[in-house]
Amino acid sequence: MMLSGAKIVVETLIEQGCDTVFGYPGGQVINLFDELYVNRNRIRHVLTAHEQGAAHAADGYARATGKTGVVIATSGPGATNLVTGIANAQLDSVPMVAITGNVPCALIGRDSFQEVDIVGVTMPVTKHNFIVKDVTKLADTIRLAFKIAKSGRPGPVLVDIPKDVQIAKCEFKSEPSPIIPFPLTFADDGKLREAARLINSCERPYIYFGGGIITGAASEELIALSEKTDAPMGCSLMGLSAVPTDNPHFLGMQGMHGHYASSVAEDEADLVIALGARFSDRATGDKNRFSKNFKIIHIDIDSAEIHKNIPAFLGIQGDIKDALTRLLAMVEKKDRRTWHERIAELRAEEQRRLESAESHHFTKDCSSCTAHCNKSGNSECSVISPYDIVDAVSRHADKNAIIVTDVGQHQMWTAQRYPFKKPRTFLTSGGLGTMGFGLGAAIGAAVATGRRTVLFTGDGSFGMNLNELATAVSTNTPVIIVIMNNGVLGMVRQWQTLFFDKHYSNTTLERKTDFVKLADAFGAEGARASTPEELEKVLEAAFASDKPFVVDCAVYCNEFVLPMLPPGGSIDDIITEIK
Amino acid sequence: MNNYIIGILVSNLSGVLSRVSGMFTRRCFNIDSLTVGETDSSEFSRITIAFHGTSHDKEQIVRQLEKLYDVKEIEVLDEHNSVIRELALIKIRNTEESRSAIMTAVEVFRSKIVDYSPTTLVCELTGELSKINAFIELVRPYGIIEMDRTGIVAVERGENCLKTEAAD
Repeated sequence: MMLSGAKIVVETLIEQGCDTVFGYPGGQVINLFDELYVNRNRIRHVLTAHEQGAAHAADGYARATGKTGVVIATSGPGATNLVTGIANAQLDSVPMVAITGNVPCALIGRDSFQEVDIVGVTMPVTKHNFIVKDVTKLADTIRLAFKIAKSGRPGPVLVDIPKDVQIAKCEFKSEPSPIIPFPLTFADDGKLREAARLINSCERPYIYFGGGIITGAASEELIALSEKTDAPMGCSLMGLSAVPTDNPHFLGMQGMHGHYASSVAEDEADLVIALGARFSDRATGDKNRFSKNFKIIHIDIDSAEIHKNIPAFLGIQGDIKDALTRLLAMVEKKDRRTWHERIAELRAEEQRRLESAESHHFTKDCSSCTAHCNKSGNSECSVISPYDIVDAVSRHADKNAIIVTDVGQHQMWTAQRYPFKKPRTFLTSGGLGTMGFGLGAAIGAAVATGRRTVLFTGDGSFGMNLNELATAVSTNTPVIIVIMNNGVLGMVRQWQTLFFDKHYSNTTLERKTDFVKLADAFGAEGARASTPEELEKVLEAAFASDKPFVVDCAVYCNEFVLPMLPPGGSIDDIITEIK
Repeated sequence: MNNYIIGILVSNLSGVLSRVSGMFTRRCFNIDSLTVGETDSSEFSRITIAFHGTSHDKEQIVRQLEKLYDVKEIEVLDEHNSVIRELALIKIRNTEESRSAIMTAVEVFRSKIVDYSPTTLVCELTGELSKINAFIELVRPYGIIEMDRTGIVAVERGENCLKTEAAD
């Protein structure tokens, strides 16, 4: 069958099992969009307000389902607007295929209208990328893009298609089924035995897991390992939702804003078993101090991660699900009573510090506040504590609800506090820390799953890409957007408070944005909450609504994310209270 | 700090050199020399990179390069068991006074004069890095006008080789 390049793209996407693409039309993809129009009953295109939103939506789609997200943009600015979204997917190992149009081959290199070397631009932020200059190679290149995106440690792949290649015709033969990823690497048996020996002979094991557990679908195996070896566990931000938060062995996220108990338990361990994690600086703090007290077993699908940030005593490359299944058969069942007595003490200490910090928090002094969040002019703002907001949402949302965040204080409060039950229910920008990620990602996740999706955001992050509220309305996606509105860029402000002598340089938002009116203007619903009682009512309305709903929550500007390991610091420097 | 030489077989496609050199830039590794050329198969090019760093750097460089889709084969060459060569073309000021001294240097270093004008001469020199550096220092006082070095090429001795099977 002779087909045009544009038709080949659409046929290949459908063949690869892609049901939804996110994107934005333009001059150099107009042929492709024509085919999307013709095939609109076979593949859904979600039009966003901005290409960045489309990239984050494809990312959210991928994170929520495990499938490869697809985004389409035109050449030049369309393509460069994808870059943040692509880099975001790269840093968090999210499978994504980005398709961009480009000027016809004959015009490439002449600085033509809307011409950009997007392959050059995205080389350092993609797993791989292509420019297709021959229509006969188009179908196989797209298949290969899906294959690379999904294989091993996933990531984004960009395919740039000049306009004349979309127009040119060639013979097309559809493949009967989606492409199979490259074969996985499996852990070396001898090394797994060595790992089992170390685990069996240690006294205080601690499991540190990351997003690899979710990508590798190894939650059950992880939980079984922690039960059998009686090892407590903590995780990186990316690992959250891999195990239920209330799992008795789970101590919570560790690291810069991690739980006290998990960070200290790791430090006191004699063996750290790192699974599908990459020892990010946010998870470890000072690298020289970090692993002073323990040996490390590091298992990861990506051999470049082993010894990259923290040297491992034993590094094993391999698929995590397979490695854990085999390791499970090799380890002895243990009952580590003494270690758990210590863990119980740490949990109690964490609780004590939390209560002490909370009691301090609620003496609000608005005379020193520069945030102008004091709407009534009283000496004390009417606000809700961030944890109360998270708790209130968790009471309304069911266990399948997908929780998305933007980046900043609200992200950490959600990560610390939300009771996750199932893998892939927490979507957050971990590696790149992209403010403005949330709304697009939430729309992508909701479109992909049809499930209730809640976005926790801040007034700073939301301000970055709130244009996608238009998309939530046009696609009729009932995303609930909970804004922790403190009138400041809280995370940077927190650093300024602690390390810059309270020089609040450009972190006080002197804005007068009315988010309720804004929601209304976009055709969404919205309501404000300044007290826990109000919040309860507003959330009831939000969860009952079938429209996008903005919940504008007043939060105190001097609220801190605690605990905190100062940047470059270690567990010895942990801050659990602001004096 | 150690010196290393790695041989890399890559797909013979445009952009591959950017991907390989870009990895070095992005992760702050230093390239001392880089050569690239087609192999006996038009499907593959061979890149030889000399760099200095710690053994940890070397491990990271190899692991990160292995992840690039276009990198098909990679090997750290053992300098004691490899033939390592570089070619240099050096244009030197040609004067009555210096001519015979330059000729002597050319002879001792088994270099060749490949161009000769009343005021300049061009020497071609092949060898290991130390030999080329020594020659350059020797002729520097006579006035080096310009020079061009190829960078290192290297193959292992005996049956050891960097080979990959052609794609299907």
